[in-house]
Amino acid sequence: MLPNIEIYAPNVVPKEEFVVSGHRACQGCAEVLALRHALKIFGKDTIIAMATGCMEIISTPLPTTAWTQPWIHVAFENAAAVASGIEAGLRILRKKGKIPDKDIHIVAIGGDGGTADIGLQALSGALERYHKFTYICVDNEAYMNTGIQRSSSTPYGASTTTSPAGKVSIGQQTWKKDMVKIAAAHNIPYVATACPSYPFDLIEKVKQAKMANGPSYLHFLSVCPTGWRIPSEAAIKYGRLAVETGIFPLYEIKDGKYRITYNPEPLRPVKDYLKGQGRFRHLTDEHIEYIQKRTNEHWEEIKKLASLK
Amino acid sequence: MKKGIEVSIAASEAAKLARVEAIAAYPITPQTHIVEHLSDIVANGELDAVYVTVESEHSAMSACIGTSAAGARTFTSTSAQGLELMHEILFIASALRLPIVMAVANRALSAPLSIWNDHSDVMAARDCGWIQLFCENGQEVVDTIIMAFRIAEDHRVLLPVMVNLDGFQLSHVVEPIDFPDQKDVDKFLPDYKPLYTLHPDRPLTMGAYATPELYTEAKFAQEQAIINSLPVIKEILSEYSKKFKRKYNILETYNFEKSDTVFIAMGSVNENIMTAIDTLKKDKKSCGLVKVRLFRPFPDAELAALLEKKKNVIVIDRAMPAGGMNGPVYNEVAALLRRYNIKANLFNYIVGLGGRDVLPEDFISVYDEVVKAKKGKSKEKTNYKVIGVRA
Ligand SMILES: Cc1ncc(C[n+]2csc(CCOP(=O)(O)OP(=O)(O)O)c2C)c(N)n1
Ligand code: SF4
Ligand SMILES: [Mg+2]
Repeated sequence: MLPNIEIYAPNVVPKEEFVVSGHRACQGCAEVLALRHALKIFGKDTIIAMATGCMEIISTPLPTTAWTQPWIHVAFENAAAVASGIEAGLRILRKKGKIPDKDIHIVAIGGDGGTADIGLQALSGALERYHKFTYICVDNEAYMNTGIQRSSSTPYGASTTTSPAGKVSIGQQTWKKDMVKIAAAHNIPYVATACPSYPFDLIEKVKQAKMANGPSYLHFLSVCPTGWRIPSEAAIKYGRLAVETGIFPLYEIKDGKYRITYNPEPLRPVKDYLKGQGRFRHLTDEHIEYIQKRTNEHWEEIKKLASLK
Repeated sequence: MKKGIEVSIAASEAAKLARVEAIAAYPITPQTHIVEHLSDIVANGELDAVYVTVESEHSAMSACIGTSAAGARTFTSTSAQGLELMHEILFIASALRLPIVMAVANRALSAPLSIWNDHSDVMAARDCGWIQLFCENGQEVVDTIIMAFRIAEDHRVLLPVMVNLDGFQLSHVVEPIDFPDQKDVDKFLPDYKPLYTLHPDRPLTMGAYATPELYTEAKFAQEQAIINSLPVIKEILSEYSKKFKRKYNILETYNFEKSDTVFIAMGSVNENIMTAIDTLKKDKKSCGLVKVRLFRPFPDAELAALLEKKKNVIVIDRAMPAGGMNGPVYNEVAALLRRYNIKANLFNYIVGLGGRDVLPEDFISVYDEVVKAKKGKSKEKTNYKVIGVRA
């Protein structure tokens, strides 16, 4: 995509690592990869509040940790509320001169379950209260940590352990919840989608999120080879296919203005994305046609929103 | 000088005297006046604090963990359903050793929905690793909130503290209260000096998980912390008593030494028990009372020393056993009698559920019934009795 990437990359991507090796993520996990990129941009003066889920479990068995930034885990559904507290606490201590007068960015991180399901209320509260923080949803499209159960972010047709494909079921029967729209409905200054298969796009969005004058929300499609039943070396490829088929458009909503940050047109057929993933193996042409239709509609909708002046 | 004031307002004024820096709370009857008044004093600039208007109690306790982990002195308040919604996070606050102070205006748990007082809320949360103190009147509420921060933030303790006050019965009454001077409170309760905070200058990981190789050790260490808090609590109560000339102890007694039969109770019900005791005295009957001010850690040795020579011990509970043998306070006392090999007869009465009035006459009847039972005139064998229940 980018010419001379090996010359270019070191200049834009900080070398310092904040997720250090030794963590126990599966091979090819794009969720931890997304965080690795993002945390480099947030940098040293960052505090992370993380929800229960894969990223927490792979990284912090006592007495070890994979995080070099200050990091706290409290529970599954409250990363946004914990982040609210940290932000408020630092604000008053700074005002009173009890801590050095410098900007510290607060980042809350939750999986799709911790964000779109059990943590939705806490997230909505934190966005509405307008705490200055970034919320990252690492969306691997199911509850992976507990063994691939469906979430409201699991795509239509995917077979999971609680939405199994069976004789009378195609697997997940509902359409993926649109978290980006929900976040944007809080009228916050910055909302964006990203995918670690497009690292420079992701990095740019993290920069914007960090600079936003209020809460920001980032939704990372995070390919999970284990849960999607694909070979671990194919994680980056499937992230690209999600974008190139229009399944996962890359866009941002800055101060209410939509912008598509990478236009993959002409879109590849969704079949290219679905085939080869174990979770979609059972889908018939009819199902795929339905997914194609709704994917086209969604892409057109985003395009339309992005063309609004 | 004493000032007539509603106890809820007094509780928020105590938080102000403690120079609270962060509050995250969600309204629920009968706690509302506490959080409303706190909002006022923050809005008026009387208290330099952040007030996070969270969208639920679950988030209230979560945000309190955030503010406290950042290093700010943190206060919150709730009741009943709110305490239950926090339940999950209560355990995490204590395990993370964060010195949050919470005033609980005790209220019955639903269903049936009841906004009135009993102890079913706090008793459902009694094993969450928090230090738990119970207040009998408004003066105690004010003093206990101030002491609670000293206890919580003491580096030998570092645990959250729950200050219980009975909803309505105590929270909504107007009482004459003596407020300590700010400069004396400042001396007694200096700025919070956290041991660890979330800060990039000293990065650390909080809330890691434990495999079976370490979980037991982590919980054992936490248990030692709450056990070891007991002498520190005593020390701080006695320091406060000396400085502010009001006597505080983890257990307090009334008409005790010469009485063979004694009540054990917690909270505002103590006032009516004392009235009953005074009436009994006029009839030449001697009855005593132990007020349990500290319920967690449970002061077993101290209570055993008091009960050693007593004949009849009547434990008043304010919550149903829910299929257990007895009320929660009774269970503690029963275990204690066994451990210290005390031979007293033990009785359990459950009173005042969901705001049901319990009058001094009720305690007089209980006394008479117990004394009669002791003389062998009553053969009744029940685990406990619920006072005033209509069949
Ligand atoms: C209150 C509560 N309910 C359920 C769980 C069990 N649980 C832990 S993580 C998890 C799923 C996490 O899914 P997600 O947020 O999508 O993160 P992932 O592991 O997929 O990255 C569940 C159900 C819990 N820890 N707490
Ligand atoms: S299950 Fe998926 S998200 Fe979790 S660590 Fe493995 S690859 Fe990553
Ligand atoms: Mg997930």
